[in-house]
Amino acid sequence: MEITTKSMPYEAWKDNEYIESLVKQLNESGTNVIVGSFDKLINWGRSNSLWPLTFATSCCGIEFVSLGAARFDMARFGWEVARSSPRQADFMMVAGTIVHRMVPAFRRLYDQLAEPKYVIACGSCAISGGPFRNSYHVARGIEDIVPVDVFIPGCPPRPEAMIYGIMQLSRKIKVEKFFGGVNRKESQEEFLKNHPIEGVND
Amino acid sequence: MAEIQQQIAKLFPEAAFEQGDKLQITIPDAQWHKMALTLRDVLKMDYLVTIVGMDWQTSMGAIYYLMSTATNEEVAVRVQTTDREKPMLHSVSDVWTIAEIYEREVYDFFGIIFIGNQDMRRLFLNIDWKGFPLRKDYDADPEINPVSIENERQTDFTDVYTEGADGKVVKGQRRIFQEDDFVVNIGPQHPATHGVLRFRTAIDGETIKKIDIYLGYIHRGVEKLCENLTYPQTLHFMDRLDYFSAHNYHHGLCMTIEKAAGIEISRRAQVIRVMMDELSRIASHCLFIGTYCMDLGATTMLFYTLRVREQILDIMEKTCGARMTFNYDCIGGVMQDLHPDFVKDVKALLEVLPANIKEYNKIFTGNVIARKRLEGVGVLSREDAIDRGVTGPSGRASGWACDMRKLRPYSIYSELDFDEIVLTEGDSMARFKARMLEMEQSARILAQLVDNIPDGEYLVKVPKVLKLPVGNWFTMVEGCRGVFGIYLESDGSTKPYRLKIAPPCLPLAAVVDHITEGTKIADLITIGGSLDYIVPDIDR
Amino acid sequence: MQDLSGITNWIHQTLLSFMPQWLTTTVECVLIGVGLLLVYSLLALFYIYFERKICAAFQCRLGPNRVGPFGLLQSFADMFKILIKELIHLNHIDKFLFALAPYLVIIASMIGFAVLPWGNGLQIIDFNIGIFFLVACSSIGVLGILLAGWSSNNKYTLIGALRSGAQMVSYELSIGLSVVTMVCFAGSMSVGDIVAGQDRLWFIFSGHIPAIIAFLIYIIAGTAETNRGPFDLPEAESELTAGYHTEYSGIHFGFFYLAEYLNLFIVSGVAALLFFGGWMPLHIPGWDSFNAVMDYIPSFVWFIGKAIAISAIIIWFKWTFPRLRIDQLLALEWKYLLPINLFNLVLMVLVITFGWYL
Repeated sequence: MEITTKSMPYEAWKDNEYIESLVKQLNESGTNVIVGSFDKLINWGRSNSLWPLTFATSCCGIEFVSLGAARFDMARFGWEVARSSPRQADFMMVAGTIVHRMVPAFRRLYDQLAEPKYVIACGSCAISGGPFRNSYHVARGIEDIVPVDVFIPGCPPRPEAMIYGIMQLSRKIKVEKFFGGVNRKESQEEFLKNHPIEGVND
Repeated sequence: MAEIQQQIAKLFPEAAFEQGDKLQITIPDAQWHKMALTLRDVLKMDYLVTIVGMDWQTSMGAIYYLMSTATNEEVAVRVQTTDREKPMLHSVSDVWTIAEIYEREVYDFFGIIFIGNQDMRRLFLNIDWKGFPLRKDYDADPEINPVSIENERQTDFTDVYTEGADGKVVKGQRRIFQEDDFVVNIGPQHPATHGVLRFRTAIDGETIKKIDIYLGYIHRGVEKLCENLTYPQTLHFMDRLDYFSAHNYHHGLCMTIEKAAGIEISRRAQVIRVMMDELSRIASHCLFIGTYCMDLGATTMLFYTLRVREQILDIMEKTCGARMTFNYDCIGGVMQDLHPDFVKDVKALLEVLPANIKEYNKIFTGNVIARKRLEGVGVLSREDAIDRGVTGPSGRASGWACDMRKLRPYSIYSELDFDEIVLTEGDSMARFKARMLEMEQSARILAQLVDNIPDGEYLVKVPKVLKLPVGNWFTMVEGCRGVFGIYLESDGSTKPYRLKIAPPCLPLAAVVDHITEGTKIADLITIGGSLDYIVPDIDR
Repeated sequence: MQDLSGITNWIHQTLLSFMPQWLTTTVECVLIGVGLLLVYSLLALFYIYFERKICAAFQCRLGPNRVGPFGLLQSFADMFKILIKELIHLNHIDKFLFALAPYLVIIASMIGFAVLPWGNGLQIIDFNIGIFFLVACSSIGVLGILLAGWSSNNKYTLIGALRSGAQMVSYELSIGLSVVTMVCFAGSMSVGDIVAGQDRLWFIFSGHIPAIIAFLIYIIAGTAETNRGPFDLPEAESELTAGYHTEYSGIHFGFFYLAEYLNLFIVSGVAALLFFGGWMPLHIPGWDSFNAVMDYIPSFVWFIGKAIAISAIIIWFKWTFPRLRIDQLLALEWKYLLPINLFNLVLMVLVITFGWYL
C-alpha cells in the first residue's frame, strides 16, 4: 500500500520513515475486507477535508494568511474552511511562539477540538522555542503540552512548506484505522493521563 | 536645550544635568511629580515617548523620555531609588495618561512600585510569577517558574499604592469591574484580536462599558535575551517584533548601534535601507487594509491587497532571501547587495500600485456600509492621541503630525520630497484613509530613489568584535505603525547592558479602552482593527 | 411543455393496481421522503461546493480542485468527515434543548421544500395557502437558532442568538410584505396558481416597477433571513467566533452548516417562484417560436437554474460587502425597508386596480 497524494509522485514522499513504518505495521496485521474498505472511505473523507482552526500567535500566522491567498491558495485542497470555534476544526496549526502565559489557553483549545484532532507545529518557535529558546517566558516546544503530528521547520516556514506539511498530515490520516484500534488513540489517551489538568476529567 | 536646562535649574536646584545624545536630567524621586507637572505645563513636554526601567545594580530607577509637540524638544529624566527590596517611585500617570501602562511594564520587569498609579498589576507576566525578570539578579531557573497547563489565576482586583500625608505608603485594592457587570472574555484566541490579545469586556447588551486589556500571551522576553547576546546577534529579534516593519526596526537598531560605535555607512546602504523601509510600509499597509476589511466581513479585499503584498515580498525575497524575517540591515550597511532585478521590479510595482489603490477605494472606501461602519466611530482627539502616545498613522489621523521621518529626519529622509499625511477627523475612517494615502507617499519616495541608487559599497568594514563605549543612546524611527524607540545602554562590553524596545503598538492597544467606551461590540472590532496593533510588538 | 404529472400519475396508478389505497399512500410518502432527503443533501453539498468555487473566482483563486474531478467531491469528503466527527458533550448546558436545536433548524428548512414548485407537476403538495405555509415554516428556523444560542451556556452564543432573534423578527416583516405584494398581484396564495399566472410573462416583467421594488426588498431581506453576509451578525466570525453554533461539533454543526445553504436555496427558490415564474420557462408574448424553444428545456432545470442564479447573487453580496452593525441592521429594516415596502404595496394595489401591468 503506497500512501500518496493525488498527482504527486510517490518518490516525493518516500523519505518519511515514520509513515512507512506505520504502513508496514498495518499491512502486516492485515484487515477485514469490509472493514478495510469502510476505513478507506472514512480516511478518504478525513484526509481530504482538513479544516484548520484560526489560531496564530505571531509571524507564522501571517504566512498562514498568505497560504490562503490567491498565490498559494490552500482552498485547492479544501483546507480553506478555517473555523474560529475549536469544536468544528480538525487540526490546529500552531503558528508561532507559545509562551508560559499562553500555555493554559493553548492546552484548553486543544482539549476543545473534537476528535479526530491533529496538531501541526509550525515554525521553529513551536517546535523548540526557536530563537527565543533561552527566554524565561517561552515554552521550549509544544510537544510537552500537546501531542504533535507534523513538524514544519522554518522561521517562518514558507507557504510551500506549509502545504507540504499539511499534505504529510493528510497522508498520516490515510493510514489511520477508524474501526478496530486507532493508531493514535492510545498514545493520546496515555498522553492525557500523563499530563492531567486539575479539576478536568479527560 | 540650554533654555530648558536653565528653567529647570532655576525651579529645581536639586536637578543634575548631563548632556548625552539628549539632555538628561536626574532628579530625586520626591521632586519628580512636581517636575513632571512643570515639564508638561510650562515646557510643553506633552508626549511621553517611553519609560525605560533600569537596574543599575547599585540602584533601580526609570528614565522618562519626553518630547514636546509644540517645540519639538526632547529631554530624558532619570529617577532612581537605592532600595532594592521594595523600590518605590512616584507615579506620573496623572500627568501623562500613557504612563499608567508604561509604569505597569516597569513594575512587571523590575518590581518598582509606582505610588499613585491606579493599576499596579503585572502587565505581561502571570500574577503568580516569581521574581522580576529584567533585574540583573533574576534567577531564570525554569524550576522556579515552570510551564504550567493549569488555568492562569485571575483577580478582579488591582493594587493601588497611595501615600498618606505622613509620607507612609499604604497598599489598597480597587475593583476593576462592577460587581454586576456582564463580562465577556474576548481572546486570547479570537479572530478579531489580531493575535493573542485578551480583552475582558464589560458589556450592557451590545454596548461596551469597559475594557480591561490583558497582555503577555506572546511575551517572549526579547529585552532580556538581548542582554546575553552580542550586538550583531541582537538584530534578528527586530524581525520578529512587528514582522511587518522588520526593515524599519532593523534600521532603528542598526542606526543606534552605528551612532554609538561611530560608524558611518555608505550612501548606497542608506538608500537601500530607505527603499526597503518604504517597500515594507506599503506591504504592511496593504495587509492592514486587507485584514481590516476581512474583520468587517468583506473578505475578498484581503485577497486583492495580498496580491500587491506578494509582489513586494517577491522583490524582497530576491534581495534578502526570505519572505518575512529578512535580517537584511546589519551594522555598517546591509547584508547583501541588491538583486540585479531590483530596479526593474520596483518600477513594475510602482506601475501597478496606483491602479490597485484606486480599486481598493472603489471596493471599500466608497461603499456605503463601510462608510457607515467607520465614520464617526472611535473618535480620538488630538490631545488624547498625544496624551496617550498614539503615534503612526493612527496618531496622524487624529491631527497630530508625529512622523519621525519629518520630525527627526534620519538617514536620507531630509532630502526626500514627500508629504506627511495628517487628517483631522480622528475616527476609524480617518485611520483607514491615512494608511491608504501613506501608501501613495511611500510610492512617491520609491519613485524618487529607484533611478538614483548610487554606486558604492553596501557594507562598510566593521570590527569583528564590536564593543560600544560606555553610555546610553535613544533613537526613534518611524515604523509602519508609529514611533519605534530604541534605548541602548552600554557598559563597554560586547553585549548591551540594557536594550529597551519602545514599541508603537503598546499605546495603540492601551487606547482601546478609552475610545471604545459606549460603542457597540462590533465597533470594538472596527476600532481595534483600525488601530492596527501587532501583538508580538506589544508584548515583545 | 412536458408535464411531469403524467409520470407521477402513472406511478400512482401502477401502485394502486396491486396495492390498497392506504398502502399506496404510505409507499408514496416514503418514496417522496427519500427523494426529498436525497435532493436535500445533494443540493446542500452542491451549494457548499458552488459557494467555495464562486468566492474563489471573486478572489482570483482556484478553489477546491483536488478531490475528484474539478474538486467536485470536496463537499462529499467534508460530509464523510463531519458525519464521524466527535460530538462533544458539554457540562452545564441544557442538554435536551442543545440537542434539539440543530434538528429544529434542519427540519424547518426541510418542510419548506414541500411546497416549492420543482417542475411542471413536480410539486409535493399544492394547497391554497402554499406561500403562506412557506413563510411560516421558514421562521421556525430562528427558534432553533435561539435555542442553540441559549442552551449552549456561552456568552458568545447568547449574543449571537439574541442578535439573530432581533434580526429575524425584523426581516420576517419585509419578507412577508414583499410576498404579500406579489400575492396581491398573482391573486392567489397557491404556489401552483402563482406559477400558472406567469405563463405569459414573468411577474418581474409584468409587474414592472412595484415588482422590481418588491424583488429588491425581498432579496435584501432574504439575505438577512438566511444569516448571510452582509447580515451575518449572528455568526459574525470576527466578533463572536462562530456565533450561535460556537459550541456545536460534528454532525450537529453540520446540520447548521447545511441548513444555512438550504435556506439559501429556499429563499432563492421563493424569489424564483414569485418573480421569475417558478418552473415556468421564459415566455415573451408574440415570440411564439422562441417560446416553443424555451419549452424544450425541462421545467425542473428552469426552476433549479433560476434558484441557483439568484443564490449566486446572494453569495456575491456576501463576498463583497462588509458586515453591518446591529443597530444599522435594524435601522435599515425599520426606517427604510418597511416604509418603502408599505408604499410599494399601495403602488401594487394601484397598478392592479387600474390595470397598468403588462
